Amino acid sequence: MKKRLWRIIIGALIFIPAVIIKPSDEWIKPALFAVAYLAVGGDVALRAVKNIVHGRVFDENFLMGLATIGAFCIGKYAEGVEVMLFYQIGELFQSFAVEKSRKSIAALMDIRPDYANVKCGEELIKTDPYDVKIGDIIVIKAGERIPLDSKVLVGSSMIDTSALTGESLPREVSSGCELLSGCININGVLTAEVEKKFGESTVSQILDLVENASNKKSVSEKFITKFAKYYTPTVVGVAALLAVMPPLLFQGASFDDWVFRALTFLVVSCPCALVISIPLSFFGGIGGASRSGILVKGSNYLEALAQTEIVVFDKTGTLTKGVFKVQEIHAQSISDSELLEITACAESYSNHPISLSLKSAYGREIAGERVTQVEEISGQGVKATVDGKKAAVGNTRLMESLGIDYFKGELVGTVVHAALEGEYVGYIVIADELKSDAKKSIKLLKAAGIKQIVMLTGDSKNVGEQVAKELGLDKVYSELLPADKVIKLEELLSEKSAKGKLVFVGDGINDAPVLARADIGIAMGGLGSDAAIEAADVVIMTDEPSKIAEAMKISKKTLGIARQNIVFAIGIKVGVLIFSAFGLASMQAAIFADVGVTILAVLNAFRALNTKKAL
Amino acid sequence: MKMTYRLMGLDCANCAAKMEAAISKLDGVSSASVNFMTTKMVLEAQDDKVNEVLSAAERIIKKIEPQVILKRA
Repeated sequence: MKKRLWRIIIGALIFIPAVIIKPSDEWIKPALFAVAYLAVGGDVALRAVKNIVHGRVFDENFLMGLATIGAFCIGKYAEGVEVMLFYQIGELFQSFAVEKSRKSIAALMDIRPDYANVKCGEELIKTDPYDVKIGDIIVIKAGERIPLDSKVLVGSSMIDTSALTGESLPREVSSGCELLSGCININGVLTAEVEKKFGESTVSQILDLVENASNKKSVSEKFITKFAKYYTPTVVGVAALLAVMPPLLFQGASFDDWVFRALTFLVVSCPCALVISIPLSFFGGIGGASRSGILVKGSNYLEALAQTEIVVFDKTGTLTKGVFKVQEIHAQSISDSELLEITACAESYSNHPISLSLKSAYGREIAGERVTQVEEISGQGVKATVDGKKAAVGNTRLMESLGIDYFKGELVGTVVHAALEGEYVGYIVIADELKSDAKKSIKLLKAAGIKQIVMLTGDSKNVGEQVAKELGLDKVYSELLPADKVIKLEELLSEKSAKGKLVFVGDGINDAPVLARADIGIAMGGLGSDAAIEAADVVIMTDEPSKIAEAMKISKKTLGIARQNIVFAIGIKVGVLIFSAFGLASMQAAIFADVGVTILAVLNAFRALNTKKAL
Repeated sequence: MKMTYRLMGLDCANCAAKMEAAISKLDGVSSASVNFMTTKMVLEAQDDKVNEVLSAAERIIKKIEPQVILKRA
């Protein structure tokens, strides 16, 4: 880049006086401009010659070389140097801009830890995170970055997760808590046991994901590469015809004049402005999104998000906190505490959120030998023998399949019915809370013009409908088994228009098939969950559903910039081509159509990086 | 086999697109992607043709942008 700058400066120092003095001498004038030309564009001309030897003709060095040397041949010395000068300035600016955006993304993603303090006896050894093994004990001091995914053994502290999640509120950790690599330890000293190798740690996964996201190319980028493939040869072909045909066909058409028009064509024919501005925009958009805690796994997904028509939410863990709490206990023929004990025991082997809430409400340890012959029935509940008595704990479907008469009143919440030895003993109502920004998210999505917002849930109709009503959702399908969710999604996919996209938002647990089937699968709360990162196309690192609207906004902005660039660059180029064919466009206009357009397109693409303003 | 290379000195977006198109067409390549922004090439080739593919890919790259240096990433 420095070399190019010197070329430009030296070239300009010779060129500008040459233009001002206007030497009239037949020999000095071309010689002076030739020197300026060689200073400015000698490397381009040399590369052009090399490329011709290699049999490659349509590259930009060749086009620029041909256009400028052609200008010299017809006596347009100043124009020749001028084109080369501005071409070099444009190139310099372009590589500067690309470098800058590469760097600013690298800075955004500056979450890679440099070292880990590995405890070795009483000593701490600074080690490359790559060399730390699972089970090693590490110490993270205040202000240091957590090098590897680990578990706190000793100490408590506040953790800054903002580099990963965009969430500014620090998180409190103490012994037993999971630590994610890439976060910063704010105050305390933490001793932790390493749980994952560096290559599999959260920080590596995120870096990998963002770096590789632009490998998956957007439709706009594919379009423009294809366009460039035909555009340059076509323009060069027309230029050749323009130089030769009119002087041969029409009397009085001057050869020089038409060659000059053809040369302006060549200047305009460079495709780089087009080709660079699109990936640059998407790269910026993806980088900006990751700063807000939204990981987009490909330019194609970022592009598709803008065309979202239907958003389908999973309920639990996505719109609701997924933390169930026992709200009411209604026992029949036994006491309330007995009912809670039986249900908690029967569910003691399950990790379902409902089982967890029962166990936490029960609050005491459950001895394993009390519970035998556990049989889990998917989508219904559990049958087990508790203290020698046959218990059945589950939803209405379980009760019906066992032929047990149960309480059928209207209840809001998840209702767990229980039977002992075939006799109904009552029910427990468990409810989940809405996430604090759930309502706002739905509003934002509606404001963004989403046609349908749907919720799928395995939960009961009452709960589903109540949540849907509270949030203002368009549709809700409840009491779905995991397989039913895929079927419902297929139905919804057929409802959207051909160009529209369907987004499914889940928490990445149990909904991998649905995430995969949707046009765009978004996983929430992806922090630390490999499964979610694996299955989804977009990963939201925090638990906030409102980030979905934010992701769409970033997508729309990025796509808007890309489109502006396409229309603007092609428009100007075609316009200048038409004018120069009629001899109305100057060489300066042609230079603008090449270099000027590149610079403006690159500057425009830069806006994509700035996602804060999108909101 | 999937390989990632860094193309040091990659300077022109259109050239990156040309490299990608040409390398994708090589015999034995199942997918190729040249990313101008990250200057990375991800190449997936049949296991028994890795060496041929690599040298052919390098020839293509050198032909399009002679100053580019390939480095295993």
